[in-house]
Amino acid sequence: MKKLIAVALVIVMCLSLMPAAFAADDVIKVGVVNNPPSESGYREANVNDFINVFTKENGYDASFFYSIKNDEQLSAARQFITDGVDYLLISAAETTGWDAVLKDAQEAGIGVFLFDRMIDCDPALFEAAVVSDMAKEGETAVGWLLDQKLDTYNVIHIQGAMGSDAQLGRTGALDEQFASGKMTKVVQQTATWDEAEAKKIVESVINSGDAFNVIYAENDGMAKGAVAALDEAGITHGVDKDVIVMGFDCNKWALRELQAGNWNYDGQCSPFQAQVISDMIHVLEAGGTIEGLNESKQVISVEKGFDARTITEEDILTYGLGEDVTVG
Amino acid sequence: MNKNKRGGLSRYSQLLVPLIAILVLVIFNLIRDPSFFSVGLTANNNGDPVLQGNLISILNGASELVILSMGMTLVTAACGGQDISVGALAAIAGSVFVKVLKSGGSISPLLVLGGFLMCCAVAMVFGAFNGSLVAFFNIQPMIATLILFTCGRSIAYWINGGATPTVASPIINAIGSFIPGVPIPTPILIVLLMGGLFALLFRFTTLGLYIQSVGINQSAARLNGINAVGIKLLSFVILGVCCAVAGMIGVSRLGLINHETLLINIEMDAILAVAIGGNNLGGGKFKMIGSVLGAYAIQALTITLYAMKVPSTDVKAYKAVVIVLLVVMGSPVVKEAADRVTKRIRAARRSGTEKEAA
Repeated sequence: MKKLIAVALVIVMCLSLMPAAFAADDVIKVGVVNNPPSESGYREANVNDFINVFTKENGYDASFFYSIKNDEQLSAARQFITDGVDYLLISAAETTGWDAVLKDAQEAGIGVFLFDRMIDCDPALFEAAVVSDMAKEGETAVGWLLDQKLDTYNVIHIQGAMGSDAQLGRTGALDEQFASGKMTKVVQQTATWDEAEAKKIVESVINSGDAFNVIYAENDGMAKGAVAALDEAGITHGVDKDVIVMGFDCNKWALRELQAGNWNYDGQCSPFQAQVISDMIHVLEAGGTIEGLNESKQVISVEKGFDARTITEEDILTYGLGEDVTVG
Repeated sequence: MNKNKRGGLSRYSQLLVPLIAILVLVIFNLIRDPSFFSVGLTANNNGDPVLQGNLISILNGASELVILSMGMTLVTAACGGQDISVGALAAIAGSVFVKVLKSGGSISPLLVLGGFLMCCAVAMVFGAFNGSLVAFFNIQPMIATLILFTCGRSIAYWINGGATPTVASPIINAIGSFIPGVPIPTPILIVLLMGGLFALLFRFTTLGLYIQSVGINQSAARLNGINAVGIKLLSFVILGVCCAVAGMIGVSRLGLINHETLLINIEMDAILAVAIGGNNLGGGKFKMIGSVLGAYAIQALTITLYAMKVPSTDVKAYKAVVIVLLVVMGSPVVKEAADRVTKRIRAARRSGTEKEAA
């Protein structure tokens, strides 16, 4: 009888060790909780980036879950913890409500990385957060604009949906310039990301006869709308022309406009965070610690900005989002 | 004679509210900036002559809204409810249009025509879907169209393959902007064409009368041999065509389809245009010209706010105030009060003349 129990115990122990034995294999199990790709071109690029980096060839066994609803994301994260992933990667729909799940993950010995969006919680609950500093994106763009050393800056500022992260980040730096008097605000109006509305705003400025030489549109679509208004009014735009055109997001078609010299600048909130996280996971797997983190454990992704005079074909293919322009 | 004259006036009294709205905006703008309505001729970047000015911006920018509110008027009159999926359906139609344009190697006029017919067909099918829910299953129009309102832009996303495709072609530019040599923006011409088609439809068919009678009393209409179900269905199919035309204009303006932002929230403006136009949102008698004027009034308000450089955060509040005033002005209570006042004045005048005669 004792023997029987001993054998049974050994079998149970072996079984319980099995997953650990598999985990000891080279495959790293990760669970990725993200927003759905349909949200925007940015999200689509972000989702594809993670699919392309966390592949079998790179030694990962990755599962993905997409939802814009926080509660669905939370239950998916719980499921990943139950499934025994090694790392949990989260881009949260909302900044709150995550404490309990992150504590569970910590107790289960799962490493948590946040990407793209921060969560309101104790930084001890995650390894690192790879996020964009939205304000920096605006600062980069405005810095570029100041480098153009124009005699006067009469700016038409077309804003995105008021209160959104991207709008706040892209507006801040320019507002500082308006306040300091270095740049003049011809008009500052929201088109709520709507291309057609951006066109109407620029039309109204042209109709009023106010002078302007810079259009700062907070995304590519609105910049395209603004340019359509310029074209109809016979105002030239682009490199060494009457009006400087600036956009954001770096859609491939927009970068082609840069390449053709029709626009001057396109900034990007980088959707590429997967490689940075993958590198940090490798450090942890090798038994090391992630160095150079401050108290908030935030790693700020590098923001790009392209100048029409220096953009290369390679830039467009590497950093451009969405599908390329087909000449028709 | 006097009676006839009064009858003739009251036939158009529902147009009073949108006309007053437009008049007030015109006067306000003339006082604010006398050059607001000046229209000039300039050359665009292709070297073609084009008309330019706030008046043109208003007429041009309102095109999609005007076309949608035309269709919305019919649905409202026949079904006593509104379609809230027109923006989503226009996004689907626009996506189909772009999809067809990108299917061929080069964009030929024939391909554009094919794209337009295709997007019309798709929009009519979706319109028929909405219509059959309303006509056969007697579902409240707002609930029936809530389905497409919710999933329509996702369908457009799926058609676009998740991107915001762009098309560049002189033909597309001619549809959304200017035909070379014609200084009037093409969308304005398309609105005139649509208006003309509707005018012909009402002049030479009994459709208008049938829609009114179905809207006033469905059972009575049926007893008189009118196919009420068919009329409701037809009104949604016609609205589908309007969505297709609006979607095509929207896409052609910039040569870009963004399923998230194309004609976003336009359903609310279209319903508002019908309401400002003095049409009964509960169905029945309608005047399409009222909705058209309502649509132009809404656009004029938007352009005025832009010209006034109202801060971005305050635009919606300003709009809301004006709209509240307009809607209250057109409300039955105010109308009755106005009627009472005019009657009293008339009575007073009559008694005055009688006294004089005596």
